[in-house]
Amino acid sequence: MPVLWIVLVVLAIGLAGYVLGRQRALAGVGGDASHLHSLPAYYGYNGLLFAVVPAFLVMLVWLLVQPVYVENRVSALIPDSAISESSTRSLVMSDVRRVAEGLDAAVASGAMSGDFARDLRTDLTDVRARLGEIGVALGSDVSPEVLIAAQSYRATSGTLSMAMTLVVIGLALAGLATAYVRTTPEYRARNTVEAMLLALLMLASTIAILTTVGIVFSLIFETIHFFQKYPWQSFFFSLTWRPSFEGGSDLGLLPLLWGTLYISVIALLVSVPIGLFAAIYLSEYAGPKVRAAAKPMIEILAGIPTIVYGLFALITVGPLLRDYFAEPLGLGTSSSSVMTAGIVMGIMLIPFVSSLSDDIINAVPQAMRDGSLGLGATQSETIRQVIIPAALPGIVGAILLAASRAIGETMIVVLGAGAAAKIDLNPFEAMTTVTVKIVGQLTGDTDFSSPESLVAFALGMTLFVITLGLNVFALYIVRKYREQYE
Amino acid sequence: MTDLSAAPGAAGRAKTSSILEADARTRRRNAAEARFKLYGMLAVATGVLALILLLISILSNGLSSFRQTFVTFDVPLSAETLDPSGNRNPDEMSKVSTFGYSPLILNGLKEALSARGISVEEVPDADLANMISRAAAADLRDFVLANPQVVGETLSFEFLANGRIDGFFKGRVTYESAERDSNVTPGQLRVAEAMVAAGLMETRFNWGFITGPDASGQRPESAGLGVAILGSFYMMLVVLVLTLPIGVAASIYLEEFAPKNRFTDLIEVNISNLAAVPSIVFGILGLAVFINFAGLPQSAPIVGGLVLTLMTLPTIIIATRASLKSVPPSIRQAALGVGASKMQSVFHHVLPLAAPGILTGTIIGLAQALGETAPLLLIGMVAFVREYPEGLPQGLFDPASALPVQVYQWTQRSDPAFVERASGAIIVLLVFLVLMNAVAVLLRRRFERRW
Amino acid sequence: MNDMRLTERNVTSSEIKISARQVDVFYGETHAIKKVDVAIPDKTVTAFIGPSGCGKSTFLRCLNRMNDTIDGCRVTGDILLDGEDIYDKRVDPVQLRAKVGMVFQKPNPFPKSIYDNVAYGPRIHGLARGKQELDEIVEKSLRRAAIWDEVKDRLQAPGTGLSGGQQQRLCIARAVATSPEVLLMDEPCSALDPIATAQVEELIDELRERFSVVIVTHSMQQAARVSQKTAFFHLGELVEFGDTGQIFTTPKDPRTESYITGRIG
Ligand SMILES: Nc1ncnc2c1ncn2[C@@H]1O[C@H](COP(=O)(O)OP(=O)(O)O)[C@@H](O)[C@H]1O
Ligand SMILES: [Mg+2]
Repeated sequence: MPVLWIVLVVLAIGLAGYVLGRQRALAGVGGDASHLHSLPAYYGYNGLLFAVVPAFLVMLVWLLVQPVYVENRVSALIPDSAISESSTRSLVMSDVRRVAEGLDAAVASGAMSGDFARDLRTDLTDVRARLGEIGVALGSDVSPEVLIAAQSYRATSGTLSMAMTLVVIGLALAGLATAYVRTTPEYRARNTVEAMLLALLMLASTIAILTTVGIVFSLIFETIHFFQKYPWQSFFFSLTWRPSFEGGSDLGLLPLLWGTLYISVIALLVSVPIGLFAAIYLSEYAGPKVRAAAKPMIEILAGIPTIVYGLFALITVGPLLRDYFAEPLGLGTSSSSVMTAGIVMGIMLIPFVSSLSDDIINAVPQAMRDGSLGLGATQSETIRQVIIPAALPGIVGAILLAASRAIGETMIVVLGAGAAAKIDLNPFEAMTTVTVKIVGQLTGDTDFSSPESLVAFALGMTLFVITLGLNVFALYIVRKYREQYE
Repeated sequence: MTDLSAAPGAAGRAKTSSILEADARTRRRNAAEARFKLYGMLAVATGVLALILLLISILSNGLSSFRQTFVTFDVPLSAETLDPSGNRNPDEMSKVSTFGYSPLILNGLKEALSARGISVEEVPDADLANMISRAAAADLRDFVLANPQVVGETLSFEFLANGRIDGFFKGRVTYESAERDSNVTPGQLRVAEAMVAAGLMETRFNWGFITGPDASGQRPESAGLGVAILGSFYMMLVVLVLTLPIGVAASIYLEEFAPKNRFTDLIEVNISNLAAVPSIVFGILGLAVFINFAGLPQSAPIVGGLVLTLMTLPTIIIATRASLKSVPPSIRQAALGVGASKMQSVFHHVLPLAAPGILTGTIIGLAQALGETAPLLLIGMVAFVREYPEGLPQGLFDPASALPVQVYQWTQRSDPAFVERASGAIIVLLVFLVLMNAVAVLLRRRFERRW
Repeated sequence: MNDMRLTERNVTSSEIKISARQVDVFYGETHAIKKVDVAIPDKTVTAFIGPSGCGKSTFLRCLNRMNDTIDGCRVTGDILLDGEDIYDKRVDPVQLRAKVGMVFQKPNPFPKSIYDNVAYGPRIHGLARGKQELDEIVEKSLRRAAIWDEVKDRLQAPGTGLSGGQQQRLCIARAVATSPEVLLMDEPCSALDPIATAQVEELIDELRERFSVVIVTHSMQQAARVSQKTAFFHLGELVEFGDTGQIFTTPKDPRTESYITGRIG
């Protein structure tokens, strides 16, 4: 039974639970709700939650575990002898899955009967041709081991799905029955419902942890895979990046890191002074009218998606820099360059820096300003010699957060920086970054067993570690700073 | 003004100097003050200017994509070529490929030109045929197969002009550039001008850009945003349906119930850090977990939606908590005071009061998700998709594109007409964002409460 | 009120330092100061007293144009410093404030070292030529603020690490370091404990030798202890102004009398 149907059935049982629970409670007191421990609706919710919550939780876990279980079981069926020299177990398994899906599709479209698909044998039928007819293209002929494994795959999945349907619906009914039996007028329905709700709320709040765990695990596993196929010394210390899908690639991180940092530095050189001065001007000098007009304009910059900045770099800033700076100065002929990406990214970061600085400057107590002005300091002296030093930790935190943004930014560099991995000082040269290469190695047809694809995960890991480090440090500084003035 | 004020002395400043006259040092300091203020103004002006430049760049490049050049003329649907067996059976007629239709279109065009006395001597037939979009033959074939009874008649059709001809009327292509461009000749441009004068050709608003599907790199003129808009819409539905309940539940727990302990600290740290994790890392997560591990299909809105949900949740949790926090404790105490349970006080009193803030935060989170590109590239959304996804819910599992990804795809194509397309797609994207933010602002204005 | 030592107090100078004529102050619509006339003598401590919210701080802040920094604050009338109108268009408030220093209610040392706090004013006004001269100014100011002995060994320690009373004396040293002619103090002791208060009061009495001091206080005992002249404000009006002894013993206005005897305030 498709998952959607199971969900609907469980929900229907839950609804029945609501109606029955409420009715039974009211029936117990002859319809006089005032004799119940809780409001009648709570007895209804009690029935609903008892029916739905355990069933759904079990279903969720089942759906997550089943593929792993089937995979392991079927993988054990393939003898080592069936795996050819040039192949790996995971490649064979992906063939198995493809054949199994093909058989499913064939049965679903009526091209084969269920029995036929189950009893299919490679020596009697050309499986590849039969599947090809219904649009499932296979890369090679199907070996007997693969077909047997695929059939076992189908059988196991089918049995387990059936079992899941039964277990989940059974649980829903059992929950309904439990709630029904327990419902008496004295039953503390509200307390039970609230306890369950609280548990659900708590569960929802763990999603943040689950996401982090998911990120870390998906990065770590594939990164380990990568380092099994490619020496880590070359990854971290090689100065060349030259992937070639025939093998023998150079996958050095350093040129990418260089491009990333070069572009980020330019972006910060643009955004920090402009953002900081804009924040200072708007919070310390501008009249209410200017502030009301200019502040939202700068904030709009923050709401513009990065793809828009990317296009701006590609079609406007890049050609502009090339025609008016790079070519006349003899520095290059490329419109994508470190400068293009850096300047546009700097523009993107202006509102980020300015709104953070604004918060931080406003956190400096007015008494500091009064103290300085009262001694006859001008406003700019007050800002430069009292406010900025007082706000410095916070501003440093803001700059670090902006740096982390710049390092992790993707679309602007994909469209503005170029794809050539090199270490060069000329800012009008096209260079490339970690994020560009993650996109490059993982889009299009990818083969997850080659180091050329897996390197993207190692790059992702590098990116994650750097930005996480910056963020944790920056958030720590900013928090300490705020506590100082609270 | 004399040197008096600058008279040196141990104290540096003469005690009795008049405050009515600025001394030299004060003048210097005031100049520094003015300079500092000027830097501030320049910074603000730079920001504003950058915004204006950005908008001008996008608008000037993209507005023309909403207009397209159309050619209208009669096409004789000759029965011999289109239905050799003569029984009007669509199955048999489908054996005639688009190559069978192209000559009909060319003939119709030549006829129309000569009827209006437009000379085509300097333009060979191949160039003439090229003035019509490459999509024309396929469109005509689809029409004929859907209406077999029209074979044999001569009907008036409206075709898209080729992207270069369209570019001529939008200023992208000129006679000079046509000399150097192998895809267009000055002769074609002269014919095109004559056709406009004769009323055969006109440039007008093109709904196809908003509703049509994408087209291949050779036919920019017929590329549209329909699939991308639908895909983005599906993803936003997934994000909304998932983030709102999960985000609100998590925020309520953290803000109202969570005890102060290691575990909740861990959650807090996770949320604030996730909000700053680069978006592309979420793409890697989606690829590894939803596609490789859970086996969900590539380029499907459901996967995009799930990835964007994980990305948006921290934003929404932060906004929701701020809005819960702004409800004064007195409300909670009042509810508890009349005997409500903690859960009741939160769900009956606090949550409704915080609802406008939560909604505003959610809309802003959705707007952010709508513009996000990088993670979608990794989950296969870059695939070329021409078919509209099915209706809900199966459509969630069909391949689709997304607005920002469509922009990226178009920037990767060589025909310069796609620059216009990409900018036009961004205008559509920005219009959606402006609408969403306007709703958020209105909500905030309407329900803003000061306690 | 037995600790009021009024009788032997003499006004040491009769030279007028600041004179205000018909001063009105508005915060937007609020009329905070109404037609105030006052003449503040040099080398004297003048106390502003009155119930909370009567406009003492507002009027004090007019005297060095600190009100300029508040949006929507408007001042009319004349305030003359040594006969020159401080609200004249040609006057630069920055230069004015160097002459009319200010100490605030809450100690507000900058988050810098003790030395840099005191050196801040001399540095921005260019009062010292060279490190040595600056050192001298800092030491002299800290001595004058009666805090030198406590901090001389830790001049590079942050000023924010001092106790409340020390911080306030540091702020006074900071104000004194610019060698102002007038020192305005807005309830300088209200955030301090009694011992620190006594130290600061003693200090104020010494400062009188060089400066004209104006102090806002809501403590009548304090006014009586440290000032020679007293101005009583009520609801934005200057009710009575005169020698401290006279105000506290024979007030002319019934409102002054009822305030002094504790009936309003
Ligand atoms: N920044 C301001 N904006 C508006 N009104 C103010 C401001 N500062 C003070 N006021 C008003 O001016 C009046 C006098 O205040 P203030 O001078 O601080 O009184 P005092 O120092 O005597 O207690 C009060 O009514 C107060 O509300
Ligand atoms: Mg006051």
